[in-house]
Amino acid sequence: MGISLNWLKQYVDIKEKPEVIAHRLSMAGILVEGLEESGSDIIMDLDLTPNRGDCLGMINLAREISALTGKPVKIPEIVLREIPENIEDYIKVEIEDPVLCPRYTARLVKNCVIRPSPAWMQEALINSGIRPINNIVDVTNYVMLEANQPLHAFDYRLLGPEPRIVVRRARDGEIFTTLDELERRLDSNMLVITDGERPVALAGVMGGLNTEINDDTRDVLLESANFLGTNIRKTARKLAMRSESSMRFEKGLDINGVIYALDRAAQLLQDLAGGEVVEGIFDCYPQVAAPVEILLRPGRVNHLLGTDISIEAIKGYMNCLGLPFDEKDGQLLVHVPSYRVDLNLEADLIEEVARLYGYDNIPSTLSRDASRGGLNPYQQFRRQVTAVMARYFNEVINYSFINPTAFEQIMMPEDSPLRRTVNIANPLSEEQSVMRTLLLPGLLKSLSTNLARRNLNLSFFETGTVFYPGEEKLPAENLKLGAIVCGRSQINWMKHDIEMDYYYLKGMAEILLEEMGCPAVSFAAAEAPGYHPGRTAAVSCNGERIGVLGELHPAILEAYGIKERACAMELDLDKLYARCSQRIESREIPRYPAVERDLALLLEQSRTMAETMQVIREAASGLLEQVTLFDVYAGEQVPVGYKSLAFRLTFQSYDRTLTDAEVNAEMDAVRQNVQTRLQAALR
Amino acid sequence: MLVRLEQLSQKAEAALTAAADLEALNELKVKMLGRKGDITLLLRGLKDLGAEERARVGKRANEVKAQLEELIQNRAEELQGLQLQKRLQEESIDVTLPGVALPRGSKHPLTRINEEIVQIFNGMGFAVAEGPEIELDYYNFEALNVPKDHSARDMQDSFYIDEDVLLRTHTSPVQVRTMEKMAPQLPVKIVVPGKVYRKDDDATHSPMFQQVEGLLIDRHITFADLKGTLMLFAQEMFGYNVRVRFRPSFFPFTEPSAEMDISCVMCGGSGCRVCSHTGWLEILGSGMVHPNVLRYGGYDPDHVTGFAFGMGVERIAMLKYGINDLRLFFDNDHRFLRQF
Repeated sequence: MGISLNWLKQYVDIKEKPEVIAHRLSMAGILVEGLEESGSDIIMDLDLTPNRGDCLGMINLAREISALTGKPVKIPEIVLREIPENIEDYIKVEIEDPVLCPRYTARLVKNCVIRPSPAWMQEALINSGIRPINNIVDVTNYVMLEANQPLHAFDYRLLGPEPRIVVRRARDGEIFTTLDELERRLDSNMLVITDGERPVALAGVMGGLNTEINDDTRDVLLESANFLGTNIRKTARKLAMRSESSMRFEKGLDINGVIYALDRAAQLLQDLAGGEVVEGIFDCYPQVAAPVEILLRPGRVNHLLGTDISIEAIKGYMNCLGLPFDEKDGQLLVHVPSYRVDLNLEADLIEEVARLYGYDNIPSTLSRDASRGGLNPYQQFRRQVTAVMARYFNEVINYSFINPTAFEQIMMPEDSPLRRTVNIANPLSEEQSVMRTLLLPGLLKSLSTNLARRNLNLSFFETGTVFYPGEEKLPAENLKLGAIVCGRSQINWMKHDIEMDYYYLKGMAEILLEEMGCPAVSFAAAEAPGYHPGRTAAVSCNGERIGVLGELHPAILEAYGIKERACAMELDLDKLYARCSQRIESREIPRYPAVERDLALLLEQSRTMAETMQVIREAASGLLEQVTLFDVYAGEQVPVGYKSLAFRLTFQSYDRTLTDAEVNAEMDAVRQNVQTRLQAALR
Repeated sequence: MLVRLEQLSQKAEAALTAAADLEALNELKVKMLGRKGDITLLLRGLKDLGAEERARVGKRANEVKAQLEELIQNRAEELQGLQLQKRLQEESIDVTLPGVALPRGSKHPLTRINEEIVQIFNGMGFAVAEGPEIELDYYNFEALNVPKDHSARDMQDSFYIDEDVLLRTHTSPVQVRTMEKMAPQLPVKIVVPGKVYRKDDDATHSPMFQQVEGLLIDRHITFADLKGTLMLFAQEMFGYNVRVRFRPSFFPFTEPSAEMDISCVMCGGSGCRVCSHTGWLEILGSGMVHPNVLRYGGYDPDHVTGFAFGMGVERIAMLKYGINDLRLFFDNDHRFLRQF
């Protein structure tokens, strides 16, 4: 919000350079974002925090400067020449809902001459970003900017034959045309000003077309009222019509400031429009607000700030701020002026002391406590997962919300529970409107974006939360690990690069699961939506499924515009964590030599390595230490429909050197079993 | 015979020195010292000599043999050395060719910064606490002293699921959740990293971003402690040359509140584009925990005090790594990711 420095100087002397005053204001919490020259004037761009809405008014901002520089505030003196008539003969005001409207005051200024306002006023308004209209409207805006109290001017004669003001809630569905000539449909949560029959203003937001100031207006009814901020905010948001007025009411206004603003506007109409001010104010104020008093304990000030500020200094700051107080027993009872609506608690006053004392003058210390920081085991587990994956794959971060059409794209069956999503009621766009139930759509998007930019050969991973709606008020949150690969591993002149296929990704999964201490990992052929039916495995740990790994279905790759093969996996990290053990138990190194034997088998193509290895293990005794697959072959010298698997078996005893006879007996048993149970032929 | 012996010896010495490789040397050795070698053959004539003469010639013959053997040994070592040298020369490679291409991945820059921030606070004794990303309005706003329809809600435009549930707009709800769990134990000393969401999407705002929140509650926590803790953090994060300053600010859940600026890490404070020529960069918001928030968490503000702070991870990552476009973080371009 822009503040004209020339205008501001009418209320307080400013000798300092604009840069200096801007810096001092900023360091006192009134942030000046920039200074801009505008003719002979300088516009200060203020970025006010929501609690200091009072500084939207020139006089209050001048009070801040006065607190910092010690120069007195100059509040314009008001001299009214009231005509000897009684306001009560012209208007009656009634408030039906004193919670939404605690106070409503009005004055009548008769016989105004409508014309453009003087140049100084027009300039002041323009420099504040408000378009001048005519002297009446300009005066209301000028006083709003000066005293931070929005006003409204009605054409008195348009208020009907027996003018009165009734402040009430609108009726559901009530139609009202605002000044901007738009028809508004109101509801009973909104407050309207009526002339007893029809609405003439939407309280605190905008006036009505029916009583607008126009070229024929002569008698002006001025409104200066206080409305409940939260209600004004709700109305303005609901109707999407935030205004300079509503913005001020939202933040809370000085309930006693209404009178000054009303008088000031009347005086300006008297001076600038030749108006005659009818004697008196109609002040409808059903429940007078109790003044705010706060006990400020200097001990508490220093206890909270870690300072040693004397009571004399604190009293000095209160004086600078214009906060009157009584001193008793070394404590201050501060009488908060009603324009400082932000001061309600002792802590608020302590902040006032701190900012005048200067945040930079408060010492810097470190607390002394016996606490042990660090990560808990679950947090350590997650950090380790990221570290292991990041050794080989690039980490990506995708938005937690996805496009609901993603479920079609990844061929998720209609009845899949993953289609039950948590939905955002007010998304930025349809594409970001549902919370993800799986990571795959984001990973596919990362992949396709990169391929479209000709970044080839990619291996990505992501850890992130997915969300499932449930019975509870809050959805279930589940941490997932996802990965996707496409292309070849690092291309190089030694030709060590390999296709990043199913087995590549499986290798990554195996390294991860081993490092995380996952027991009894198994991969079994499985089908999963979006995956290639013949190239997909369910990943299990101790027999429980913790995820899926496989080549992606060509149809979903096509849906994402990916022309190459790609593989993905998704693991449930919460399930994995529950099953992993980071405990390492070391074993003795064998003192006797191991014996290795090779075994080449001819098997039907449909036999899996896993079942073959299991038969071997079951056939041998505990002396069989390790079985390693070292060759897979199909082709020449192997009949069609068959394949050859070659294993190396390592036998080891921990208490003696094995004899040939012992190992031969083991191998005989293995051969016999694979022949009978797998119909394997020996090669 | 002695003369013959001397002749043989001289001839052999010349031949040995000329031997070009180990094979030639071996042949010479056989030719001279072997069973049918020159010297062996010559010495067969010894038996025809008189005893005195025989002893003289025999002694000399042994000397010559030993001398030759030593010569052969020396020459053999010399030749072996030459041979190794030659092999090593032939084996030289282009050391500038790239190494074996082991795969190399990367952590996302936000993950790296997140871990770095958390680690600094871990070192100061802060534990890590976490909470749900979809949160109750109560924890996200109300218990943090932001009632419904309060104008402070404009600071954080929210994504709602329904009237009472929203995507958390900051990590602060974990403050109250943690206090509820811990009360009345002291100290409460946590940092809270996590994703947060605000309804904002432009060049400088992302609808999803990351924050790290901190909270310390104990019997005598002061604003001075807040300053000291955050100053130490800034120095560990940005280097010990960095200067910090605190400005009054407003957050509904702290009072007094402060914004912390650091001297610009790009220009050192002299003013540049990054700091809008002010020399300062705003990096975090903080303050003394509001009495109402302490009460919501189950603590009595007359007995305990505390401070809280919160910072945006993206902002710090941008400053640390010289990244000038927020959108790069969620675009996931491989050319960007692999730099970390």
